Amino acid sequence: MLIRATVNGLPRAADVSPATSLLTMLRDALELTGSKNACEQGECGSCSVWLDGELVCSCLVPAVQADGADVRTVESLSRGDELHPVQDAFLEAGAVQCGFCTPGLVVAAADLLAKDPHPSDEAIREALAGNLCRCTGYQKIIDAVRIAEEALA
Amino acid sequence: MNVTLVRGGIGESARRVDGTPKVTGHYAYGSDLRTENMLWGVTVRSPHASARIRSIDTAAARQMEGVRCILTGADLEHAKTFGLEFCDQPVLAEEVVRYVGEAVAVVAAETLEEARLAAAAIVVDYEPLQAVTDMERALDPGSPRVHDFGNVLRHVHIASGDLDAADADVWVDGYYETAMQDQAALGPEGGLAVPAADGGVDLYAVTQWIHVDRQQIAPVLGLPEEKVRITLAGVGGAFGSREDITIQIHACLLALRTGRAVKMVYGREESFNGHVHRHPSRIWLRYGAKSDGTLVAAEARLLLDGGAYASSSPAVVGNASTFAAGPYVVPNTRIEGTVVYTNNPPCGAMRGFGAPQVCFAHEATMDKLAAALGIDPLELRSKNAVSTGSVLPTGQVLEGPAPVRELIERCRAIPMPEEAPAAGRDPIGYPGGAGNVSRGESLKRGVGFALGYKNVAYSEGFDDASEATVTLRPSPDGPVASIRTAAVDYGQGLYTILAQIVRTELGVEQVLVEPSTSAVGSAGSTSASRQTTMTGGAVLGACREIKAVLGGAELTAPIARTYTHHHRQTTTFDEDGQGDIHALFAFVAQRVVVEVDEGLGLVRVVQVATAQDAGRVLNPQGATGQVEGGTAQGLGLALTEELLVEDGAIRNASFTDYLIPTILDVAPVVTEFVEEPESQQDAPYGIKGVGELATVVATAAVVAALRAATGRTLNRAPVRPDDLVGIRPEATTSGPAPVPDVPGQKSIPEYLGLGLGQQMLMKARDE
Repeated sequence: MLIRATVNGLPRAADVSPATSLLTMLRDALELTGSKNACEQGECGSCSVWLDGELVCSCLVPAVQADGADVRTVESLSRGDELHPVQDAFLEAGAVQCGFCTPGLVVAAADLLAKDPHPSDEAIREALAGNLCRCTGYQKIIDAVRIAEEALA
Repeated sequence: MNVTLVRGGIGESARRVDGTPKVTGHYAYGSDLRTENMLWGVTVRSPHASARIRSIDTAAARQMEGVRCILTGADLEHAKTFGLEFCDQPVLAEEVVRYVGEAVAVVAAETLEEARLAAAAIVVDYEPLQAVTDMERALDPGSPRVHDFGNVLRHVHIASGDLDAADADVWVDGYYETAMQDQAALGPEGGLAVPAADGGVDLYAVTQWIHVDRQQIAPVLGLPEEKVRITLAGVGGAFGSREDITIQIHACLLALRTGRAVKMVYGREESFNGHVHRHPSRIWLRYGAKSDGTLVAAEARLLLDGGAYASSSPAVVGNASTFAAGPYVVPNTRIEGTVVYTNNPPCGAMRGFGAPQVCFAHEATMDKLAAALGIDPLELRSKNAVSTGSVLPTGQVLEGPAPVRELIERCRAIPMPEEAPAAGRDPIGYPGGAGNVSRGESLKRGVGFALGYKNVAYSEGFDDASEATVTLRPSPDGPVASIRTAAVDYGQGLYTILAQIVRTELGVEQVLVEPSTSAVGSAGSTSASRQTTMTGGAVLGACREIKAVLGGAELTAPIARTYTHHHRQTTTFDEDGQGDIHALFAFVAQRVVVEVDEGLGLVRVVQVATAQDAGRVLNPQGATGQVEGGTAQGLGLALTEELLVEDGAIRNASFTDYLIPTILDVAPVVTEFVEEPESQQDAPYGIKGVGELATVVATAAVVAALRAATGRTLNRAPVRPDDLVGIRPEATTSGPAPVPDVPGQKSIPEYLGLGLGQQMLMKARDE
């Protein structure tokens, strides 16, 4: 079936089978592999994208649900070498190790700061509780959100 | 040449050299690879823990749409087995299967869906056999044999002094169990095999040691090693799980058979079933001490479940045995360590490599001893702690820095967290977070402390050298350096450290780290906290040779130097387990503060304070990142992480059911480093590896805090809510497992002359 959506500001179309997830459509049909597949059940947040402005796990969204929608992925945040402040903050804080969870965390952190520019520590932890990271122990991810908060202020 | 100070040298928290593509989503992990006209490969796995294969019927599957190739064990024309230490694992099982998840066939098809449908249509007729899935039962002579030669894979015996004559005033003993833990790297196994015009294959794969992968792949393909060219794909974490072969051989076989590129990626469930895990353990330990607290004796019996195939189990039990008495001076010891084969999923390397299990046991027993003697637990540890010059149970003298007492003091001095009032918190401030239905009515606070230690780099006579080439080129913008190595950075920041070394040594800011490939010499594995020492040492050596060649002259033409770094030689165990088994040692102290909701059995970790022996810190941010991440993995084993294996099958192979810590579960980690440089001949700048120590100690420290909060025995990790409220009784035992009758310290397959694995071949060649 043909899915038409605005992806990262551009009109895109993908011919996918009916059971395809938005994540698989993005990764395999549109070759946007920044969104990662790590659990396939919405537990790890590595596939986080915006669907009509809402933060979703794209592995849980049927591709058909994105038909006609506005989809934004991690690839929408940077322009060439010019990084989004959240991306830069992750590097500044040392919040990136293997990096597999990073695109999802960058998207979730950017979403948090867009909605709550000055979150409490509890709010940061709650907002990022759906994003698993196996490398960092999360401390530097909290540091990164604080650095990005200042940069965005 | 004049070396000028440049930014991003050693000692600075230099930014990751691979950071930008990781934050933008452009970094290509194994699962992201694709090429024109590629096929997808899928694996058919055994549902049985032990069964005879009567037949495999692929006829219907071969007729299905899009299917291009199906391979079973009968199709293998060359070597049919592989393995890190022994080639005991079939590439595709032919006669029998020995664990749930063992590969029996592989399929290549035009699409992933077609490959999966065909895999499901392959009919394997199994005759189920009696399985042995309990590690103590595996030692019973009447139990089924996993392999023809029996179930003992290796037994290590270490004896020092005279245990039976030890004159102790007090004896304390304990029995401990730890669960099977999963590395749970977020990036799954994945890669792409591309057949080449010369009859060889180019493999883009996720691994921890490119050259040992190649040594296992080439014989199965019937190719000389140089025709198996491996380039490292982006590795989304590893922690030991990428030391063993997963998709590599299967993808290459399918690619060579079809003449097409083949991509394979495991989903999460298959990942849990398709890679090795941390060994579950059962440990019996007792200490004898004088009434003033001086340790005089330690006796340990440890048993590890190796699962169906050897993987790196022989090395893991060797390691665990050497550390079983703890970082203490104990003149009389007897340590018996056994790893057995069972029909459980194979176990192998995971961060800590046998040390976390024994740390859990020796630290719990030290706390018991402190209580029995009425001595402060930290004083007891300080009194008995090893220091430079101490003799270990193996007879090895600690030659390098061993600042254990300083670690204890530094850790103790880290300020305690403030005690938050029990009432009126934000709900996520309670144990269990917002799901907690109480509001602080039954909170108990506890403080636990633990010491741990571990080897850096490989042991037991293995020369795990690393080769690196550094090239310095003139350019219009000044000299530019590049680094070529086969070393793997799977996230810990090795490439950044290597660039920092080059910047410092050559005074060049622009440093390119080239992709890691098999085209250069082996760098050894990224494991055992060894790469900064080993490949860092090789890069440092190459830089210093370039400086020597250049002298004071101006750079006019490229200079390249290749250097191989070795650490000091180690030895194998003699018949009493004596020898210089390890090259280098590092130590750690950790204090953990927890709150336990005694009504619900829920836990909040309030603070983790760590003092770690680092030799010298080359990148402070990277080093603290290792402590924080390593702590989270140890905390996971303390509180939630347990592969539930029933009748050989993993029952919780998903991130819904296997719970790794979230950002709500981890506490602030306060980290301090003690920097007493290691010998610079062994380690560049005197560094010690930082990767594993926090994982070694954290499980012990967290559970110690839970014991302090609840007063319960808690002799099993992970601790479940049921344990904390007293619904589940402590783990019990009828006594230490019998010591098996073995010919000596080596692995049993070695005595039988069974197909030596590639690491062993390499070792033999080096000898």
